[in-house]
Amino acid sequence: MFIAKVIGTTISTIKDEKLTGRKLLILRQTDETGAPSGKPYVAVDTLDAGIGDLVLTAHGSSGRQTAITSNSPVDAVIMAVIDHLEVGGQVVYRHQ
Amino acid sequence: MLIARVIGTAISTIKDPKIKGSKLLILKQTDPKGNELGQPFVAVDLVDAGEGELVLTGHGSSARQTNITKDCPVDAVIMAVIDHLNVDGQVVFRKE
Repeated sequence: MFIAKVIGTTISTIKDEKLTGRKLLILRQTDETGAPSGKPYVAVDTLDAGIGDLVLTAHGSSGRQTAITSNSPVDAVIMAVIDHLEVGGQVVYRHQ
Repeated sequence: MLIARVIGTAISTIKDPKIKGSKLLILKQTDPKGNELGQPFVAVDLVDAGEGELVLTGHGSSARQTNITKDCPVDAVIMAVIDHLNVDGQVVFRKE
């Protein structure tokens, strides 16, 4: 799973019928402190994450293992919203 | 599988019901000598690994082949703690 920051929302009218009603968020992978890096990607949100939240995303066929994404054309899903990250015994990120 | 070092812990309250109770560790891939490479990722810990240890991680659908992660939205698991690594006849890493 990747640690990622929610940076925006994708809105689409014309999409596969299995995606109807699914919330598609734009994310960027972050380092262990929550600082974004790399290119953005899109994942289905099953947990009502908000912009600015740090989340965990599962990829590939693992992205279809939630009740909301099963058998859907989806390769990335938000499966956890991060409360805090601890590195070297220090809290390096805390959800506000 | 990848060789990776455990660098921290991710704590999450809001998460997919299938991964309730799973221990989520933050890792960084390493070379055989234990030098860290690239961006961190998160994996479900199956072997009670500790911070600083070198471990092996299984990825993609292979990560769902354990009793704990079967049918879960999980794409990475820690399935072994490394005791030592031998490259070209030399022990290049030994667990302390």
